[in-house]
Amino acid sequence: MTAGFDQLRQAAEEQWESLTASDTPVITVGTATCGRSAGALDTLDVLRGELAGRDLECRFVEVGCLGPCYAEPLVTVSLPGAATVCFESVNIKAARKIAAYVAGGELPEELAFATIGPDSIPGIPDLMDTPVMKGQVRRVLRNCGVIDPGDIRHSLARGAYSGLQRALELDRDARIEELDRSGLRGRGGAGFPVSRKWKFCIDAPGDTRYIICNADEGDPGAFMNRSLLEGDPHALLEGMIIAGLTIGAAEGFIYCRAEYPLALGRLAVAIEQAEQAGFLGPDALGPGRPFRIKVKEGAGAFVCGEETALIASLEGHRGMPRPRPPFPAVSGLWGCPTVINNVETLASVALIFQHGAAWYAEYGTERSKGTKTFALVGNVKRPGLVEVPLGTTLREMIFDIGGGVSSGHRFKAVQTGGPSGGCLPEDKLDIPVDYESLQEAGTIMGSGGIVVMDERTCMVDFARFFLDFAADESCGKCGPCRLGTRQLLRILEDITQGKGSPSDLELLEGLSHNVMRGSLCGLGATAPNPVLTTLRYFRDEYVAHIEGRTCPALACRDYIAFEIDGENCTGCTACALLCPVDGIAGAKEELHAINAAVCIKCGVCSDTCTFDAVQTVGVSP
Amino acid sequence: MATTNLGPVLSAFERRPESLIPLLQSVQESLGYLPPDVLGTVARHARVPRSRVYGVASFYSQFRFNPVGRHRVAVCRGTACHVGGARFILEQLERTLEILEGQTTEDMEYSLETVACIGCCGLAPCISVNDEVSAKLTPMKVRKQFKKARK
Ligand SMILES: Cc1cc2nc3c(=O)[nH]c(=O)nc-3n(C[C@H](O)[C@H](O)[C@H](O)COP(=O)(O)O)c2cc1C
Ligand code: SF4
Ligand code: SF4
Ligand code: FES
Ligand code: FES
Repeated sequence: MTAGFDQLRQAAEEQWESLTASDTPVITVGTATCGRSAGALDTLDVLRGELAGRDLECRFVEVGCLGPCYAEPLVTVSLPGAATVCFESVNIKAARKIAAYVAGGELPEELAFATIGPDSIPGIPDLMDTPVMKGQVRRVLRNCGVIDPGDIRHSLARGAYSGLQRALELDRDARIEELDRSGLRGRGGAGFPVSRKWKFCIDAPGDTRYIICNADEGDPGAFMNRSLLEGDPHALLEGMIIAGLTIGAAEGFIYCRAEYPLALGRLAVAIEQAEQAGFLGPDALGPGRPFRIKVKEGAGAFVCGEETALIASLEGHRGMPRPRPPFPAVSGLWGCPTVINNVETLASVALIFQHGAAWYAEYGTERSKGTKTFALVGNVKRPGLVEVPLGTTLREMIFDIGGGVSSGHRFKAVQTGGPSGGCLPEDKLDIPVDYESLQEAGTIMGSGGIVVMDERTCMVDFARFFLDFAADESCGKCGPCRLGTRQLLRILEDITQGKGSPSDLELLEGLSHNVMRGSLCGLGATAPNPVLTTLRYFRDEYVAHIEGRTCPALACRDYIAFEIDGENCTGCTACALLCPVDGIAGAKEELHAINAAVCIKCGVCSDTCTFDAVQTVGVSP
Repeated sequence: MATTNLGPVLSAFERRPESLIPLLQSVQESLGYLPPDVLGTVARHARVPRSRVYGVASFYSQFRFNPVGRHRVAVCRGTACHVGGARFILEQLERTLEILEGQTTEDMEYSLETVACIGCCGLAPCISVNDEVSAKLTPMKVRKQFKKARK
């Protein structure tokens, strides 16, 4: 396959060049799931429609997501001889203005977010100088939002599969050595060194081996893997092929959650194109050495992200974990030695072979090398997908890149690691994000979810939320997990409903430790983390609920009431019309009042009132 | 009966136990849910006991044993959406569609369910209707969106 590679790549480069140095306008629209939900397909339609009628040849490219979710839909325009401009929040009206610009009109500067590439325009920053991009190092994400994920030539022109070519020239020990020097650790949660996992698998006896990519992305609130699958699927395929080559597997499986239909579609296209190009198929790893990849859809069970449960699911069983050892590297799919790695881990493998271990290890800390993608969400001004060197502090991520807390409220807490992680308060924001530092603080890096919360989030309710999730998702195999998470949930529900008692805190702690100790898999072993960290850092909120009979965040329904403020109410009647229980009375242009006896605290009135007249007040349950 | 036209769906899969989940996914895709009599057909095709089919189908939240509406409205209950007020979205939908989570309207137009995460967390809170995602919602927005549709 190597012989043809240079030709393939050259053709791809020529095609890419024809796009980047095009003598006709090139327009890209980010149409990943996130862009679509913000209306990108309508934007694309309008652009196409507006430009169709003119005597102008335009090229449209659908790309993945660049990362700044808050600015979606994103559109870039490259006119011949002008700087490439990236426009933000391109709704239909904005799309019309941009179409006019493409057709020779003036640049709608107010819509411009940044310029991309060497040319600049006064008054518009370069993309990498914008606050949201400045602290970032885009390596894993370098192609996302830039290339058409449905066209393998774009990937090839930007280096895809050159890592595989290099890996093919090295022997197995040299490949493991390269990985080892890169310091790459698993990006799916536990941070296990990749070279060691692969080595275990190589050393295990057996004739058939498998590589599995974990694309289950179970952390609810994280989407790093989705963006990568939708924006640059070949990065993952290349990493998997290198893994197959190194551990001696002829078959690989991608276990992808069914909730990602677009990602599944793009993977199918990418696999087909990789087969046509010969990167997959009967001679993928050399003459007569086949390698194939199959995609399996998950069926909506969080626990199937756990490696042994994932294997059970692939084999057609209920996704229940089993004790380890034996580890999958020794006995995995159908009892064969199997390596399971996360999407981002495998994409990083491809990068390491493309650019070398030293290049990869340039960034990061002593024990956590390289860059990592994070999904920065919650009450933050600029939510999005970011990639930073490991060791960057939470403060830099939240305040410099994320722009701080949205809506003028005060920062309260940040949660990392999803349902297995924990919440940290403001005074922990300066810890560097690496595997060990986060663990010391009581949380974990997990797969990269970072949820920012302002003072309106109740930490007891937040712990309740995660325990609700864990109790729901427990597979039921272990008593302490199945029953303990339910019990923890019940106690937390009691506290948030005004029925907590002072002994609850000790009970929560004791029970948490028992659940952690008595659970077979990581789900149960980490499920109490949200409880323990909120007890550690936000204990006063628990005490306020139980003893003070108040919810300081004014979030728990049984601790609040809605009232209409006589100063601000204009008597517009909007709230009264919408109140689902007819609980608001008042004549037109007169002060309205809420009948507390029937109010179900749905919040519709406060959401509706444009005069800020509906106030949330604390009451004792 | 539904089972009569399952032939082409089934024959796309090898008759082996590990085909079970993809088989169920494919059957559900074509029928919208898993009617009781189909489980036996699937069991025979995958060469596993019927009890295992039921055990597997009931384990995974993707599988349904009841028909769903033409519009499947799924409210995200993930972390970002929770922080963004997802429960208010769900409650508003329950009121507007006049059904509770897990139910389908009598005219079979709408079903209301929750989903762990749609992957659009940066634009929370989100819902999806069949596979189309709407983001940055408020109770008011969903009320408008579905009130129109209910008329
Ligand atoms: C309950 C549970 C859920 C998990 N979910 C995921 C997941 O969604 N994605 C993932 O990559 N790893 C997940 N993991 C971690 C995997 O078990 C495994 O460690 C990982 O896929 C290994 O890949 P890595 O070494 O490349 O990180 C989960 C673990 C547990 C215990
Ligand atoms: S710890 Fe919980 S999820 Fe894990 S195997 Fe036990 S019961 Fe199942
Ligand atoms: S919506 Fe606001 S201003 Fe209008 S009647 Fe209600 S409380 Fe008064
Ligand atoms: S821009 Fe795509 S994930 Fe946000
Ligand atoms: S948390 Fe709702 S889309 Fe992810």
